[in-house]
Amino acid sequence: MPKPFKESSSPTPREPPSRREMLVRLGSAAGILAGASLLGRAAWDKGGFGLAAEVGARQVRDYRVGDRPHPGEAFAELAIAHGGLVDVPDMARTLVGKAVDALGGMKRFISRGDIVVVKPNIGWDRMPIHAANTNPDVVGAVIEQAFNAGAKKVIVADGSCNDPDRCFQRSGIWRKAYSMGAEVILPAEHRYRTTRMKGEILDEWPIFTTLVDADKVINVPVAKHHNLAKFTAGMKNWYGVLGGRRNRLHQSIDVSIADLATFMRPSLVVIDAMRVLVRNGPQGGNIDDTRVMNTIVASVDQVAADAFACTLIGQHRDNLAYLKMGHERGIGTMYWENLRVKEV
Amino acid sequence: MACAHTHTTSLALPELGLQKEELPEPIPWKTGKPGLVPSLDRVAPMFATATSTATPTSTATSTSTPTPTPTAAATATKPPKKTPGPKRAGSGLPARPVIRKLVWLRRISQTAFFGLFMYFLCQTAFRGSFTAKADAVVRLPLPVEAFLLADPFVGAMTLLSTHTVYRGLLWSVGLLALTLVVGRVFCGWICPFGTLHHFFAWLLPSPKGRGSHRVEANKTHVYQRAKYYILYAFLVAALFGSAIGGMLDPICIAVRSIGLGVIPALQYLTHRGLGAVTDHGTRPMQTAADHTQDLLARTIWQSHQFYFHQTWLIVFMLVAVLFANRFIPRFWCRVLCPLGAFLGVFSKFALFGMEKDHSKCTDCNLCLVNCQGADSPQGGVKWRQDECHMCMNCEAACPEDVIKFRFLPNRKSAVTAPDTIRRTTLAAAGAGALFLPAARIADSLDVNYHAKVIRPPGAVEERAFLERCIRCAECMKVCPNNALHPAMFEAGIEGLWTPILIARIGYCEHSCVLCGQVCPTGAIQKITEKEKLGLGQPPIKIGTAFYDHGRCLPWSMQTPCIVCEEFCPTSPKAIWVEEVVAPVRDSKPGPNGELPAMKEVHLQRPHVDPSLCIGCGACEKVCPVQDQPAVYITSVGETRSKTNVILLENTNYNQST
Repeated sequence: MPKPFKESSSPTPREPPSRREMLVRLGSAAGILAGASLLGRAAWDKGGFGLAAEVGARQVRDYRVGDRPHPGEAFAELAIAHGGLVDVPDMARTLVGKAVDALGGMKRFISRGDIVVVKPNIGWDRMPIHAANTNPDVVGAVIEQAFNAGAKKVIVADGSCNDPDRCFQRSGIWRKAYSMGAEVILPAEHRYRTTRMKGEILDEWPIFTTLVDADKVINVPVAKHHNLAKFTAGMKNWYGVLGGRRNRLHQSIDVSIADLATFMRPSLVVIDAMRVLVRNGPQGGNIDDTRVMNTIVASVDQVAADAFACTLIGQHRDNLAYLKMGHERGIGTMYWENLRVKEV
Repeated sequence: MACAHTHTTSLALPELGLQKEELPEPIPWKTGKPGLVPSLDRVAPMFATATSTATPTSTATSTSTPTPTPTAAATATKPPKKTPGPKRAGSGLPARPVIRKLVWLRRISQTAFFGLFMYFLCQTAFRGSFTAKADAVVRLPLPVEAFLLADPFVGAMTLLSTHTVYRGLLWSVGLLALTLVVGRVFCGWICPFGTLHHFFAWLLPSPKGRGSHRVEANKTHVYQRAKYYILYAFLVAALFGSAIGGMLDPICIAVRSIGLGVIPALQYLTHRGLGAVTDHGTRPMQTAADHTQDLLARTIWQSHQFYFHQTWLIVFMLVAVLFANRFIPRFWCRVLCPLGAFLGVFSKFALFGMEKDHSKCTDCNLCLVNCQGADSPQGGVKWRQDECHMCMNCEAACPEDVIKFRFLPNRKSAVTAPDTIRRTTLAAAGAGALFLPAARIADSLDVNYHAKVIRPPGAVEERAFLERCIRCAECMKVCPNNALHPAMFEAGIEGLWTPILIARIGYCEHSCVLCGQVCPTGAIQKITEKEKLGLGQPPIKIGTAFYDHGRCLPWSMQTPCIVCEEFCPTSPKAIWVEEVVAPVRDSKPGPNGELPAMKEVHLQRPHVDPSLCIGCGACEKVCPVQDQPAVYITSVGETRSKTNVILLENTNYNQST
């Protein structure tokens, strides 16, 4: 900086800097060097693959309730409630009530003050008549029962395939759940966290935390045809837990369904088969592809529930590889008739 | 336009070699006689800088009277309530009560309209509702495009290009009517982009932006003509068939840059910040962060991050014009804005205006300190009605009795028409006329149409589309799947920032018609779900899907997949699968080093039925081949075109239209 000499503190231009000034200069240079070296050492990345990768524990989420001893007749493990094919008001509510009562009533699954997550299928921008999502009346009946059993809070959530706002509104579930007093949570990016799952092919995936942060989880899927997996209901419904690009899972859809069912063990499964999409699943879109069945299947065993429900569209458990995998892993039994079955 | 007649002589002065004796008339307050004044105060200083000998009259007088120091000016222009008589400069006459109220009313109006604009912008998104029934029709409840509908520049452009005024654009007549009564009141009181510039000019004055520098900056400058030439060029381009002018319409810029740039960027930052809190914070902090994000997602933005193709240029333009306020206050409004110019042309007929009593002016320049439009409010020169934003700051600041706004003022001391030069106007019009052939001989429309120029559903035929699309980005903002993006040069220079669908980022939601609902000019028509889905009529196609067999898992890698088929929304599905048993080689060699064994797999191989495919792009979006999808859509087969077709059955040359 060109500064006039006369303004300088030193009387002559060639006088060396004072000792004090020299020490300050040397000290600051040395200090910065030391600081930079320490920072570099502390943040030194020696390279190599996966050195920094942190390996968390692989998790499962188990919300099952124990088989409480019960005087008299034992509770059913699989309950099937059939209604007539004639439309009766409140039929879904009645059937859900009958089926859950056969399992011992909702109080068996939900304790007073529980936070309960109800997980319907709200995957597609389709209306109830298309039967691609869970019937809102079935969801409403489950919410009502959960509240009656003493739940403090009921949360309804799902990770949709189409635009979530549209799916939640047009499935009718948003309106129904809200009117029953449940909290409806739409999938938003910030609600996903990467979690390690205990699966054969599923490891680290973003998980919809709302669905797993609860005391009890009730799976309320819709039974429907699926072009790749042939038939889907309860176990496949856990796809809604996953974020990220879940389209890759279809390369091994059966294993991924079994993995998800290993990760998520619900307190109760209530399969909606009021109206069933029998072809062009999972999205449907044509009312002619659906059939009214007015059936509710409730179970504590998600494998058995799916194994029974697939018969509704004429499938057989031997054709569904994910059932076999679930059976072999001990998640449940595909031989549903070996359970205590009750038809009401 | 019949303009620039009253003062062509004074404009021509510098070119003709202005003599010192011919310098503007004696300044009236020195002679004591109100009379003729030069129409443009810049004539003398310009001449002075050119020759560096002549004394610039106005600047000389302002520097020779040093009474209004910068601090005095600053205090004096604060709300008049705080500065009763004695503290005001000069005679210290207070402004009329009505003017003091009007200045505050203007500030309230600016805030309110800016708030309304931002509210509409944030509501330009479909948010479902717990009250809506399953079969409720999905539409936005508010007229979120209202500011564009009221924009007479957009109205005039599309009128010239299409010879019609599209639906709600008729509202723009209302704004024109307002201008005919009170001048460019839109610029000073309503325009959200103008308010933004007003704010930034206040926030970012340069170190020189006070005192005499500020006074100089706020005088009328010749560069302010530029906006009129821009306007004329755009209007002529519109007449020739291109609504390219929307590129510089202030409302379009505001929607485009804030909607596609600022809001997503804020969301990105918030998501990162609150995400860090959720990752590392305590439980109550996590809950609070989650709830904050929920609230923001339901009000300001959406539940997932939106990305926009090449949006950097759009944001850069916003930042550039905002930063320009540091050099020229309200640079955008004074120099570039074609809407301001449009209103400026019509403010000639405004009934409301300014009267000046030059003899009372003490040249304190307080009026100039806060002048927004650089419209020569000061004594000694004529007021420029076409530049004035009607902010009323000058009259509020004037300590003498010089400036008076009133209805039907005398125009002795006002210039009403824009100060443009006929020759340049003609040149600008010529440039506008040449734009269309220049853009179209490039190969983007008649030949070599870009396969990825996939227009939103309901878009009109490409030439008609370019006549209408003002690039306001409303459609891109409202698209629930982030599917619509501003084109860079895919659609040619003429299609800059027009909407294209990039299916890899988002697909066209099957039952959604919101882009047409918000389109203010009818470039995307207001179609119904019935028309789009094709209930009882052919559906609206925006393109066609194609398979790249070399990348498709079931086709070339013997791996099951068909996510595309699962997502295909049409009924019956346009993607159908063929069941095959295909040979596949084992990945591992045999135990003794022999060649890997062959086995057989059951596969479903997908095919497209082009007569059913609507080109929504859901298949492309969900294809698991991450980088370059194995199924992709191109624009061919789109309903709106009679030439961009594949199938003979859709070639309707021979059918009556």
